[in-house]
This record gives sequence, C-alpha cells and structure tokens, in this order.
Amino acid sequence: MPNLTFQDFKSDQAVRWCPGCGDHAVLAALQRALPQVSHALGYEKERYVVVSGIGCSSRLPYYMDTYGFHSIHGRATAVSTGIKVANPTLTVWQACGDGDALAIGGNHFIHAIRRNIDINIILFNNRIYGLTKGQYSPTSKFGAITKTSPYGTVEQPFNPGSLVLGAKGTFFARSLDVELKLNEEILTQAALHDGTSVVEMLTNCVIFNDGAHKDLSDPAVKADRTIVLRDGEKMIFGKNRDKGLVLEGMGLKAVTIGQDGYTLDDILVHDASSDNMGLHMMLAEMKGPELPVALGVIRNVKQLTYDDGVRDQVLEVTAKSKIHSVDELLHSGSTWEVK
Amino acid sequence: MQLTGSLFADTSAKYGNGLSTFPDYPAEIRAPHGTVSGVSGFQVHIGSIPVTTPGDYCDLLVAMNPAALKANAKWCKRNAMILVDEDAFDAAGMKKAGFTTDNPFDELGVEDRTLIVAPITTLTKESLKDSGMDQKSILKCKNMFTLGMACYIYSRPLETIHAYLEKKFAKKHPEVIAPNKKVLEDGFNYAANIQAIPNTYTVEPVADLPKGTYRNITGNQATAWGLLAASEKSGLPLFCGSYPITPATAILEELAIHKNLGAKTLQAEDEIAGICTAIGASFAGDLAVTTTSGPGLSLKSEALGLAVMVELPLVVVDVQRGGPSTGLPTKTEQTDLSQALYGRNGECPLPVLAARSPAGCFDAAFYAAKIALEHMTPVILLSEGFLGNGSEPWRIPSMKDYPAIKPPFVHGTPAEGEKFRPFDRDPETMVRKWALPGQKGFEHRVGGLEKTHAGVLSTDPDNHARMVAERAEKVARIARDLPALEVMGPDSGSLLLVGWGGTYGHLSSAVSELHAEGVEVSYAHFDYINPLPANTAEVFARFDKILVCELNSGQFAAYLRGIYPQFTYVSYGKVQGQPFLVGEIKDAIKKEI
Repeated sequence: MPNLTFQDFKSDQAVRWCPGCGDHAVLAALQRALPQVSHALGYEKERYVVVSGIGCSSRLPYYMDTYGFHSIHGRATAVSTGIKVANPTLTVWQACGDGDALAIGGNHFIHAIRRNIDINIILFNNRIYGLTKGQYSPTSKFGAITKTSPYGTVEQPFNPGSLVLGAKGTFFARSLDVELKLNEEILTQAALHDGTSVVEMLTNCVIFNDGAHKDLSDPAVKADRTIVLRDGEKMIFGKNRDKGLVLEGMGLKAVTIGQDGYTLDDILVHDASSDNMGLHMMLAEMKGPELPVALGVIRNVKQLTYDDGVRDQVLEVTAKSKIHSVDELLHSGSTWEVK
Repeated sequence: MQLTGSLFADTSAKYGNGLSTFPDYPAEIRAPHGTVSGVSGFQVHIGSIPVTTPGDYCDLLVAMNPAALKANAKWCKRNAMILVDEDAFDAAGMKKAGFTTDNPFDELGVEDRTLIVAPITTLTKESLKDSGMDQKSILKCKNMFTLGMACYIYSRPLETIHAYLEKKFAKKHPEVIAPNKKVLEDGFNYAANIQAIPNTYTVEPVADLPKGTYRNITGNQATAWGLLAASEKSGLPLFCGSYPITPATAILEELAIHKNLGAKTLQAEDEIAGICTAIGASFAGDLAVTTTSGPGLSLKSEALGLAVMVELPLVVVDVQRGGPSTGLPTKTEQTDLSQALYGRNGECPLPVLAARSPAGCFDAAFYAAKIALEHMTPVILLSEGFLGNGSEPWRIPSMKDYPAIKPPFVHGTPAEGEKFRPFDRDPETMVRKWALPGQKGFEHRVGGLEKTHAGVLSTDPDNHARMVAERAEKVARIARDLPALEVMGPDSGSLLLVGWGGTYGHLSSAVSELHAEGVEVSYAHFDYINPLPANTAEVFARFDKILVCELNSGQFAAYLRGIYPQFTYVSYGKVQGQPFLVGEIKDAIKKEI
C-alpha cells in the first residue's frame, strides 16, 4: 500500500497565485486528499495525471509533483478524456475555472459529463476572469459590475450544479475554498467515484472579485446560510443545529426544529446515491435568503463509465473477430489473384 | 448510381483491368431529383494497361434522366455511346432539366454520337412483374437493368455482381436476390438483342501486372488501414478522436469497425474535441489520430499549436474539399496546403505529407504516423476528396515489408535525485524523449506555455529563441530520413513538371502520353512537402524552368519560390472543385516547351 504524504505531491515550483487567493487552499486540500486516495485504492503517485485549461486555477498542475498537462483554454476536459480512454488505469484530475469550463469549454464540459468518463473535475468558481484582469464570467451574478460590464451585466449566470445535473451528471459536490477539512473529504469521495466527478469550489479572487462568496463564507453567517450535506445524514444546519430541510408542496423548505410543529422526524435524510435527479437538482439550486446553499456531495450515483465501455467493446469485438492482424485485414473481403 | 458504378468497377477490377474511379455527387443527401445540380455521377476508367486517372472524356455515358445527360454531355468523346432511359425523357423531365426543345441530343450538340434510347423503366417493370415486389422496389432495380446493359457492351462477366447480391442481401432481404439477378440478366440480354449497339468492347486484363493478391480500395479506407498498420508496427493502440465531416468521415467509420485491432474511436462533440482528445491520448501513449477536412482543420489550429509546443506525436488527416468556408463539400481541391503549412499562431512548423493516389493513402498514412511517433511531432497528412472517395486496384502488401516504428521512449527509472527533463533533445535528430504517465519517476508537466529543457516555465528571451529554433530544426532534420525526390523522364532539360498529392495520376499520365508522342519533359512528384526531400534543389537546378501544376491558385509554387528563389517557376492552377484533365496538363506543358 503506497504510503504517500502531501509532501510527495508538492512540486519544486514556486506557487505564483496572489497572496490570499482561494486557489492556495484548494491546492492544499488536493495534496492532502491524494495520499488518502492512494491509501484507499493502492495507487502509486505515477498514476496521477493533473490536467488544466487556461486561467489562474489552471496553473495548478505545475504545483503538483505528478504527471501534468497544462492545455489550452477550455479544452482540458477533452484532453482529460483522451488520456483516460488511452489509459484507463490512470487517475485523471482536472483543474479549470468558471470561464474555462463553462464559457469557452462549455461544450466539452457537458459532453464529458454526458459520457460519464471517469475523470475528476475541480471547477474553481470565483465568478470572474482573473488572469485577464477582471471581466465578468458565465457565473458572475446578474448586474455584476466588471471591466466589461461597467454598468452591470444584463445576463443570467449559470449555476454549475444545475448544468452538471442537467447533463445527467453522476457526481456533483460543492464547497468553499476555506473549508480545508471538508474539501479533503469531498475530493477523496470524488476520486473514489467511478465516472465524471465535478467539484465546484467557490473560490475568492482577492484582486478582481474580493469577497466573491463572502455572503456564505463569513464566519458570522456561514452556519445559517450554508448546509453541509452528507449521505445518510439529516439535512440539518444553523449555528444552533436547529434548522433543517423538509419537502413541502413542490419544493424544499427550511424550518426550525421544534417550531410550527416540525420535529426532527420531519427533516429529510440526504441520499446522494438516489437515482432521483429531482431532489438533487433542488438541493443544487438552493439559495438565500430563504434556503441555505448546499455544500458537500449532492449527488453520487453509479453508472457505466465511458472508458469502461470503450475498453469492454474492444475486448468483445476482438474476441469475436477472425481478424487479428493487419495482414489478415488486408486480405479480408473481396480479393483476386494475378498469377 | 454510386452503387451501380461501384459494381461495374469491382467487376472490372476482379477481371484484372487497370481501373480508376471518381464518384462525383452533390452535397445534398437527396438532392432535387431530375435537376442538373442534383445529378449524382460515377466515373469509371478501365484499361488493359494500368490506369491512373478516372479519365478526361468518356466512351459510354449512361444518363438515367435528362438532367444527367445535360450535366455530362460535354464529356462525351466524338465517337462515344450515350445510353439513356427513354421513359425519363418525358415532358416533365425535360422541363425540369431546363431543355427548351424536345430533342435533347440536338440541343446539346451530341446528336452525332451513338445513341441508345431504351425504355429502361418499362423494361424493368416488365422484367419484374411476377417478382412479387412492390412498384417502388421494382423501380429501384432499373439501375441494375442498366448495369446489365453496360456489362454487355464491355463484355463483363456477371458473376461478381451475382456474388455481391448474394452476400449483401443474404441476411436481411434474401427475397430480393433472385429478382435483382434476373433484372441484371434481362438488361444484359436486352442489350444483346436490340442491335442498336454497334460495337461491344473487350478490355483484356492488364497483361504484365505484378503477381500477387489484389483488392479494390478507396483512399479513405486505405488511410484508415495505413494507420492501423502503423499501430501494429509501433505496438501502440490506435486512438482516433474525430468529428464527422465530408469527405473525411469514412476514415472514422472505417476505424470504428476495427476494434478487433485495438482501435479506439471517439466521435467527439466538435472538431476541437477531436484533436484535443487525440492530444490527451498521445500524452498517455496511444498512436493518436484526428481526421477532418478543411473547415475542421481551421477549428483545430490552436490545438495543433499545442501539439507542436508539447512535442507529442499526432497524425492529422485533412481530406481536402472545395473551400473557403463550407465551400464545395463534396468536390475536390488542393486548397488547404497553405493552411497546413502556416495556419497557426506563432512560429509553428510541422511536417506535411500528401497522398498521391487512393491506394497510396495506405503508405502515406503509415509514414505520417511513423514520422509523428519517431520525431515527436504532430504531422498533417493531406488527402483529397478525389482520393478519399476514389478507388483503384491495389496489390496487397505484406506487413513484413514495412519498417518497425520506434518511438523514443524513456526506459527504466531516472537516477536517484535526478528529475526527468522533458525537452532535452537527441543531438542528432533534435527529438525529445517520451515518458508516459504511469512510468515511475518520470513525473513531468507539459503545456502550451514556453518552457526550458527542464520543463520549467520561462519567458527568458534567449530560451524562447532557442526553443523556437530547436523545434524548427527538429522538423527540418526529418528530411534526412525521407526518400529522395525522383524524376520521371530525362534527368535534366528545359522543363520539369512538378506536382504534389492527388494530381499524381493525371500528371504522370500526361507525361507518359507526351513521352509516347516524342515530347521531352520531366516530372517530379512531391509526397513530402515539409520538409522537402533533401535533393530538391539539386533536382531543380538541372532544369531551366519548373512548371508547378496544382488544384489551387499556386500555393505550392509560392512555397517553393520562398524556399528556393533561385529557380524559375511557372504556376498552373485549377480551382473548379474538379480534378485536372490529362489534356489540360499536356497543353500546359506544351505551352512552356
């Protein structure tokens, strides 16, 4: 069993993100999660490949002492897909930002999810283009004032969770950059999941969108405005752990236990592995002020992966075929002799 | 009509004739029936000597309706036979095709040809009236009746077509085998009986063909098989990430069949994903391929630059079609040469190869893959719609006659405390080493940003200049491994004809014919475009003038002029979405002599 530590995953390259950038914490969480994954699955370090697109967060592969591929803007998902199909024994991680994955790379993103290729995507969502110095992204809030929207945007943002689930994603989790412990846990679960795992990390950009997620991450309000979902556990949240989620009418409702006749028994139990997409979608779409924003693993279901499908088909067809070499192929079908 | 043409071609190939085919069809799947723009044609050229082009002008034109006659009458030789389905030449059909009189032959000026006007639809109905087939199915058989007639005219045996019908319909529609055979034979017999056919022809098999096993093959099929051959010879599984695009799709379709040879095909969500999945597969150690046509190559440009930068093997097949933009999707051109050579940001050289014939696509694809894998570079292989869809007989080679492919893999593990330096180079070839994810101790990062030999990001001016020069030199040194440029005809003289890619058949035919006429001209054909064969300048220096013929407005001529400005070039181009005619080339040569 490999006995790796987070030090084994640190490269010799100086980390060049801005001081205070949320990406530092996500990198640390990943470096702490991988030794656990290795321990659980018996993976040596050389089996890890970290792929990225373009953007601040896409520098991440340089800081990991693994095989790495810093590709081009938006295309990381396609590169990851090729790597995994070529060698399914590799464990592929992908770092990408909200612009990278959801704007220029949106097409590859949804199709990877649709195929359920076994890769792990960390989506760094700071709701801004950082590397190009402050333009709005597909997740910037309606009305966001940025360099390319000086009077506020007039377009609705994507909720990455809805997009993933809409594409029939099999794994979606969300967290805040500052939640180091929770992130280690989530990333480990993402790695253990067979299929496309998407982990949305709500990250802060200290320079161009400082306080991007302050409404959730501020310690004064965090417990009341977020809920950490864990499979098999009651959906309880709040500073005093006295609030919970119930299903009422067509939707979810936050209630206080012991008030208005609600008891602990009324509170929903999270089932991440349920095939029912509806409740997962509702959880992914929760927002304030009425509802807390869901963190943790929202959906985690089993389904055939694309890479397994490709491999199995090659094995099946090979077993059935009478042609096993190019010479045999060239002589197959209609031929004639010239003597 | 495409099937009828293929069956006639296959029959002739099996009979041992020299053969070349050229399917010419509209971009629409069900183009407006009976209109001139909707005509689907299939050109077959057979000979008792080897044949290298589908021919300029025809001896027999089969026109199933007035539109087909109108679109193709101009290609009839003075002594050609024209066979038409009389039933289709009614008032409506004539009007649809835009005839203004009631005599289409007069109107087109072909009334002096041998005209065989047969009520093919009526005869087909009569032939199959007791077959139990419905009217719609019966009407579909009129092409088979016509094929029977053509087989009579050219003394073709019907066995090959019988065998095809038996195989094709054995499982799903065994009930249509007998009627199809009957209508084919009825067509044959009808042609024998009507006495409207003044001559029949016997085209003997080619006498001194090299011994061996032959098959008919299209360019796209040969490309796919050449890639599979490279996969076998390198021991690397084939990965093809592609998006369907005319006229390249058949390569992806063909590879998708051969999972039995370990080929993995991924029909990507777009052209960019096609190449990017292939780049990922290459990083992980597969023989990576993406196939496309001109518009798709445009979309792949940025990723091609990435492949150049990370120095990973990749084969990009561009089956060229008429452009720009969507252009003429089903027609043939050589207009992507400049795009292949230059169409990327930054200084971004990569090897460019071109296939010369349908069967030649096999070798072209094999050697494109060999260069990519051994020199750690993306390679563009230029094919053409004319080659991809066209077919010719091919003497099946033996894989033992092909060289091994040896990628520069790292072996073992690095020495204690030593880090793998991904961009250190072999001083002879300038090629870097290839370490695959999963290999212990070789962990490294590649990417689109400029790096040092150690793989560390660098914006240092001298380092960038060095890396740019090294990447270019790596490609340039491939010339050392290339076969020398050969000259057909005299070694020196006043005029050297130069071509590249799929014009080989037409250019070599033109030169052969001129040689037979006693005209002195030499010909050099380029399969390798970047780098050029090492002896190119030496060959050019032996001639006063170089005539560059290509299916574009002079892209290769401009390229040669840029590299070897000391020679005198004349450019002869054609951009009509059609192949050259041998006659055109002969005229162009004569004009320069």
